[in-house]
Amino acid sequence: MMKRPATVYWIGFCAIEALLIVAPLVLPEFWRRFLTEILIWGLLAMSSDILIGYTGMVSFGHSAFFGLGMYGAAAALLMVRPPNLWLAIAYGLIGSAGVALFVAYFSTRLRDIYFAITTLIFSQIFYVIIFTWTEVTGGENGLSFRRPALSIPWLFSTPFTSETLHWFVLAVVTASYLVLRRITRSPFGMVLQSIRENEPRTRAIGYAVERYKIVAVMLSGLFAGLAGVLYAVQNRFAAPDFVYFLVSGETVIFNVIGGIGTLVGPIVGAAFFLLLREAFSRFFTEYYLIPVGIIFIAMVIFMPQGLLGFMRRWLNR
Amino acid sequence: MLELLDAIPYDQILIQTLNGIVTGMILALIASGLTLIFGIMDVVNFAHGELFMLGAYIGVVVLATSGSFWLALLIATLVVALLGAALQITTLRPLLGRDPLTTILATFGISLVLQNYALWQFGPVARKIQEPFTGHFTLFYLEYPFYRLLIAALSAAIIGGFWLFLKHGTFGIWIRATTQDRVMAQAMGIPVPWVHTAVFAIGAGMAAASGVLFGPLVGVNHAMGLDWILKAFIVVVVGGMGSLGGSIAASIFISLLEAYASIWVSPAQAVIVSFVVLILTLLFRPTGLFVPTPK
Repeated sequence: MMKRPATVYWIGFCAIEALLIVAPLVLPEFWRRFLTEILIWGLLAMSSDILIGYTGMVSFGHSAFFGLGMYGAAAALLMVRPPNLWLAIAYGLIGSAGVALFVAYFSTRLRDIYFAITTLIFSQIFYVIIFTWTEVTGGENGLSFRRPALSIPWLFSTPFTSETLHWFVLAVVTASYLVLRRITRSPFGMVLQSIRENEPRTRAIGYAVERYKIVAVMLSGLFAGLAGVLYAVQNRFAAPDFVYFLVSGETVIFNVIGGIGTLVGPIVGAAFFLLLREAFSRFFTEYYLIPVGIIFIAMVIFMPQGLLGFMRRWLNR
Repeated sequence: MLELLDAIPYDQILIQTLNGIVTGMILALIASGLTLIFGIMDVVNFAHGELFMLGAYIGVVVLATSGSFWLALLIATLVVALLGAALQITTLRPLLGRDPLTTILATFGISLVLQNYALWQFGPVARKIQEPFTGHFTLFYLEYPFYRLLIAALSAAIIGGFWLFLKHGTFGIWIRATTQDRVMAQAMGIPVPWVHTAVFAIGAGMAAASGVLFGPLVGVNHAMGLDWILKAFIVVVVGGMGSLGGSIAASIFISLLEAYASIWVSPAQAVIVSFVVLILTLLFRPTGLFVPTPK
């Protein structure tokens, strides 16, 4: 009896993975790019699910981690010749880890709404710094750079095509997903979930709640930074718009739409949101956020478990 | 030492003190609405900046048709208060009793919708509200407009009037009772859901009034709410969440600091001062600077 759900899960996982691997071969260029983008935003949303869904802390500051990942990658790609993909990832992760440590140290002193507001304000601090420090960050215009080659050191190096970029992103997102899934099921992940369920009791049992929270924020920040690096590599620029708190807001929207505390849900949410945006921007041009916002509010009220939770319930009925 | 004293720009400091108090009063008007809504309903109103922005736009429209600034102020306040009541009934009332975090999400959705609605309806070009009167007085080398002082006085009057209403009006007593104990208030026959609606409407109206008052100083555009909501959040945290007096004091304190900072750095960078105040508050006094120490 215990074995069956796991088998079903892995069969489903492999099927979706196979679909995503084949997709770029059959999709036209536009949708291929679109799919890659969904995966990247999905990774960002998944990283914030660690906080929202598993630790019960809603972060409105994920744009800071994402943006610093982007700018870290930009720094590596602009300063080191020839541009190196792995160096970009390393720089991006270092950048986002630094920010995450800073944010985590201060904001984990607060809970619930206070945490949400402070993370929001912290992301805004980094936005102002990046926006005004024109000599280093390029200010409003941001930085643009060349895409590095896909390489494994001393083995091979080949320029990215849109197919290989998609596969690379897919590989990174899948690996991140498996790592995050493992983490959420580890004893560490259990402690996070017990913080979500009852923080005073977790503390009473003897866990250093603050330390767990700091690690959770840093972990979440690292994966958000990784998403930032991928986005920088895909789009070949870094801009202050991506540090602005609307990106954090969208990340939270992805989570709520998809279903928090599921890891896959946020990716589904990102896909649903981006598809909605695509569909509505045909009719409403740049005002697509009006219908999307209304749908979002309706989902918060009527479907608090998100698409995935709703589907699960519907299937069980 | 004397040289150092000479280097202090006294005239600029005096001017910036005035400016700081004026923006501080506007901020206090916005933040007290936000605090009120939070203190009573446990709702962090992300859409507060958009209510401020809509107030300013309605002011622009009414001013263009009627030509009267005071009528614009009145109508904008009433219309946005009604809109606030409608929003509360449709989106926040169903969320009563759920995790307060869901209210952040719902109001964030509202803010997206309202902001894009304003962009759609009024376009990206900033509008201007004409000052009701253009008198000046001379302050050192500056012609300082009387209107700015009037803003501060009016904001103070609105906040003061509201405080009196809370203290002495029957409805004010209902509000305070609901803040203290929602269930008990309900048991005593106070219509708690309607108190919530009314409080949200009052907060929205205050935001709209500050939008119209502040309109003449800057251009009115669809994104103006964002800056203010962030500042108001900082103020509310620094002043102590849910404390009306605390957030008013924090508004003036932070605005003054920012005004002084902008003597030496650009206004865009002066914002960093308020961030620093926030970080220090979180580090040393996370309950808020202007509230008594909790026992």
